[in-house]
Parts: sequence; structure tokens; C-alpha cells
Amino acid sequence: MSIEVRDVHKTFGTFAALKGVSLKIQSGELMALLGPSGSGKTTLLRIIAGLETPDDGSGDILFHGENVAALRAAARHVGFVFQHYALFRHMTVFENIAFGLRVRPRRNRPSNDAIRGKVASLLKLVQLENFAGRYPSQLSGGQRQRVALARALAVEPRVLLLDEPFGSLDAKVRKELRAWIRRLHDEIHITSVFVTHDQDEALEVADRVAVMNEGAIEQIGTPEEVYDQPASAFVYQFLGNVNIFEGRIRNGRLRIGCLELPVSSPESADNQPARAYVRPHDIELARIVAGEGVRRGTVQHIHTAGPIVRVGVRTFDGSQTIEVEIAREKHQELDLRVGNVVYYRMRHSQIFVEDYSI
Amino acid sequence: MSAIPLHPLTPNSNLARLPRRTGGVQSFPNAEPAWIRWSLIAVSLAFLASFLFVPLTAVFWEAFRKGAAVYWASFQDPDARSAIRLTLLTAMIAVPLNLVFGVAAAWAIAKFDFPGKSVLITLIDLPFAVSPVVSGLIYVLLFGAQGWWGPWLAAHNIRIIFATPGIVLATIFVTFPFVARELIPLMQSQGTEEEQAAIVLGANGWQTFFRVTLPNIRWGLLYGVILCNARAMGEFGAVSVVSGHVRGLTNTMPLHIEILYNEYQFAAAFAVASLLAMLALITLAAKTAVTWKSRGPLEDHANHNSTGDAHEH
Repeated sequence: MSIEVRDVHKTFGTFAALKGVSLKIQSGELMALLGPSGSGKTTLLRIIAGLETPDDGSGDILFHGENVAALRAAARHVGFVFQHYALFRHMTVFENIAFGLRVRPRRNRPSNDAIRGKVASLLKLVQLENFAGRYPSQLSGGQRQRVALARALAVEPRVLLLDEPFGSLDAKVRKELRAWIRRLHDEIHITSVFVTHDQDEALEVADRVAVMNEGAIEQIGTPEEVYDQPASAFVYQFLGNVNIFEGRIRNGRLRIGCLELPVSSPESADNQPARAYVRPHDIELARIVAGEGVRRGTVQHIHTAGPIVRVGVRTFDGSQTIEVEIAREKHQELDLRVGNVVYYRMRHSQIFVEDYSI
Repeated sequence: MSAIPLHPLTPNSNLARLPRRTGGVQSFPNAEPAWIRWSLIAVSLAFLASFLFVPLTAVFWEAFRKGAAVYWASFQDPDARSAIRLTLLTAMIAVPLNLVFGVAAAWAIAKFDFPGKSVLITLIDLPFAVSPVVSGLIYVLLFGAQGWWGPWLAAHNIRIIFATPGIVLATIFVTFPFVARELIPLMQSQGTEEEQAAIVLGANGWQTFFRVTLPNIRWGLLYGVILCNARAMGEFGAVSVVSGHVRGLTNTMPLHIEILYNEYQFAAAFAVASLLAMLALITLAAKTAVTWKSRGPLEDHANHNSTGDAHEH
């Protein structure tokens, strides 16, 4: 079941939450809507579910080519997992999961035996077989999340929508659950959309990622595409740590002080201000000058905790401190100390011309 | 673990558990000296005894002073029986109506945004803010012989003032806020996510209300109904204005007590008063039971939380 969103606008009072968003999600795909808070990602998800309506006369929502924009949420047959789970607190886990089946009109309501069987199989799927009689308040966050998922799946939805599914869990449970959700999706292949503000989560779990900012989609692509070829400065910055070097374009090259970097887009005009974006792991460090494009700096701080070592390097002119990530072995080999002189070189950079005001 | 916000009906129920955890009041390092604590407790107890316990005991004492026979005889009086009947009838009409109105008003206020919402919230409090006598006078002004609709009602031979309908109307007005005020904060704290979840799962409006909204507010609702009922049976001021004090016809229990008292029939007055006092005690017991009951399962759940974490995969 594919989902298509066409030119959806949504305004809350004077705040434009969505400014003409279009998006196509393939059947069986797991799509992440990634963006900072206020970017409109949850609003978009709720509009797909039918919990919000787009502004008058704007936008269509198509499920498998059929326009569902006029349908109420109840008639859209979507599974929705709320950020805070929204489990029915007065019902047991069993009754929570059975709810969607019990409220069906009598003629297509399954028999009690069928409901029991269905709930049992869902409990098995979410690995909570022994928890059927518990109340939501007797469960941990991760368990509640899985009950919410089972409840959403019980009605055999056409699409599954998850709002910040790991948002209120602690870091460890979060990691386990996102690996589990990925496996679950590979097993049941339901078209799914989840909202997150955590780029690691989106890049790790999703088939494709839609990066949103200020009510618009900045880029849609596979995790590799959005990470390796960000379409905009925003995407570059949002998807990971970044060092920014400001400069001007001269003769088709970006000049940053005495350093020159090649500009990929030749159409950019001369003498235009531009910025080079460089990921911390795309900077090489050396104790001696070797090769071209090497600049000098001093080590300002070193954080050695964790699998990679983060080194702060003060540039020679003292204008900024750049963050560099190097492997532990490399760090041992270089034997860096705070105050040492180091030479750094950008392995890879991306340049965005400032044709917009920040 | 992050618990779904629980909503104890009494705001102090969490605090009430605090001393137990820390091993009693004495363990607070910044506690006042013992003599201050004990004298404060003594003052409060003396106040409670002189203003609450002694009067309550006095009611029963006076009622039984001339013996149980006189006590029971007081209820054989047809006027007394009629007053009890009218009080029960009034409560039987006013309480269910206010239950429906209260739930509807609380539901609208807590779950929806609409223009004039703050005006509605203020209006709900009006019966609490206005003196009951004024509440009664409003109805006299509207339905009385000299009132706005008085002539029309007289022409159609409908009696409201100095008759049962007036008493019921005044009681409904005075007791309106109890259910609504109990439910609004409760429903606001619960939010609308569970309802949204129900709707996405395919439930229609009625199913959402009866299967999700209503069960979530049942204890708060019961609490409001108990208080509403106590006030409906005990209301004096507003009912006194609209009743006309016709013996055997428009006298409720509080009015009947006043008449008996003014006629120096103390034993009979206190006998009927003892019924109202009993009602108060039953109300308090029921209220406590509801508070305890609504908190009970939550505490039970809290105990299970630790085991729940242990099973986390």
C-alpha cells in the first residue's frame, strides 16, 4: 500500500506548520520523517492518519492511488502509535490490543475465540506473551511501546504510522527497540512512516529518509544519499556534526584564508560568500607537513572516551576551533597532547553558496 | 522508569505516602521541636472537637434525649414523611440531571477548544459564588406570580414556584458545579490521546465515550455525584425561597427541621436533623471509600512496576 501526499498546507493560527508538502512512500517501505521540533513532521504524520485536516482546499492524501483526504481517521484503516503510547489505562494489555476488533460493527466483528487467537499471536510477535493480564501502568516504557504497536497492528492496518516511537525511552532500550522494529518491518512488510528528531535513528532504521525543516521537505533519499550528498546546508548540518569554514569564491574555487577548495557547482558567481562544510571524520591530522592543502593549528582539547577520539584544533589564525574525529589507533600513533602543533587537511568537503540569508 | 502520569483524585495522596518512605515525620532533619509540633496538633484537635465533633454529637444526643420511642414517633408524622419523600424525589431528579450536564460540560471544556470557553468555565462556578438565597430569588423572579413568565404560567395553570418543580429547579441550579468541577481538571490532565487512539482504531463517538472516556473518569464522577447528592438533600437557602413552606406539600427535610425547631418541637427537629447528619456521615464514608478505591489500583500498579522492569527484554 503506497502513500502519496500532494501539496499539503497546514496553518495553526498564524503559524504555517506545513508549506506545500509532497511526498511519495512506496509500498512496503519504511520511511522516516526527520527534522527538528517545529519542522512539521508530526503534523504531516497526523494529516496522513486523519487526526488533522489540511488547510481548506489544499492537498490530497492517496493510499494506493485512492484519495482518502475526505475520509475520517476511523475509516482510513491506519495503525497509529502515539509518542506517549496512549494506551487505555483502565484496560489490560489484552483488552488494549483487542480494542480495535471489539469496536467493529457486529457483522464484521470477529468471534471471541478469533479475537483471543489474534491477540495471542500479536503478543507473541511483540514478545509479551506473559503480560496479557497486566495494566499499562505495570509495564516499562519499552513494553508499553510494544503493546501500542501490537494494538495498532491488531486491526490489520493498511499503513503503520509511528510518532516519535522511541522518543520517551532511555538510550539503551531505544537502541534495542529500533533494531527490533527494523526486524519486525522486514518480517511483516507493512508500509510504515515514523517521525523522529534523532538522525541516528532515522539513518539506522529507515529505508528512506525525508528531512524536513520549517514546514517543507529539504531532501528525500536513502540514508546514504542524504548523509553523503546532502541537498542543502540544513541537511548537512542536521545529519551530523560539522565544521563550517566561511570564505569567498574566486575563479571557481572557494578561498578560505590561504586555503583553496574546489567548488563543485561551477555556475556560482565570482566573489560570492560561501561556506565549506566538513564532517569531523573527514579531517586528517598529521604531526608533519605532507601533501597539499595542509593547514596548521594547535591542539586545544582531546576527548578520548568512546570508540573514537575527538580532538579540538585551534586554527592558526585563532579564528575558530575545529572538531576532528580520529580512530583510537591513529591517536596513539600521533601521540597528541594539548598545545601540540598539528597539521590538518580536509579529505572531503561540501560547499554551499550563501544564496539565502541565515 | 517513565510512568504515565497517574492522577490521584486527592492531590495530597502522593504526599501522604512520603513520610512512610522516609520513615516518619521525626526523620526530617529540619522538623520543629516536639513541643511545637504537639501543641499545634493539640490546637487543631481542640478546634475539630469543639466545632465539628461536639455539634454532631449534640444532634444525636438531642434526638434521643426523650428516648427511642419519641425518636421513632417523629418519623410517623405524615408531614415528616412527606418532607423525606420530597427530599428524595428532588435528589432523584436533580442528581442524574446534573450528572449528565456535568459530564457534558466537563467533556466540552476539557477536550475541545471553542470561543467562549472561559466564560463557560466561569458560569459553571456561578452557583458557588452566588448566595443560595439569591439563587432562589432568581427563580421567583422568573416564574413567580409577579415574575417575567408568571402571568403566562398562571394562564396555563402551571405551578413552578411554591411547588415541586421550583424546588427541583433551585436544587439543580445550586448543585450544578459539583460534578463538572470534579471532572474538568481530571479530564484536562488526561488529555485526548486515548480518545484519538480509539478513533484511529475505528471506534465511533459513542464507543469512544463509553469505552474510553467514561471508564477513565468513573471515580471522579462518582465522587462528584456523592457530593452533589449530599448538597441536593441538604440545600436550605435556595429551596426555602421557592418552596413556600407548605406543610406536607413543599417542605423538604431542611425546611421541615426549621419549622419544627421554631415550634419548639426539639426532639422531632433533632430526629429529622439526625437523618441529615447520618446522610453526611454516609457521604463522608462513601467519599473516603471512593478515594481509597480509586487510589488502590494505582498503588497496586506501582508495586508491580519493579517486576515489570525485571521482565524487560
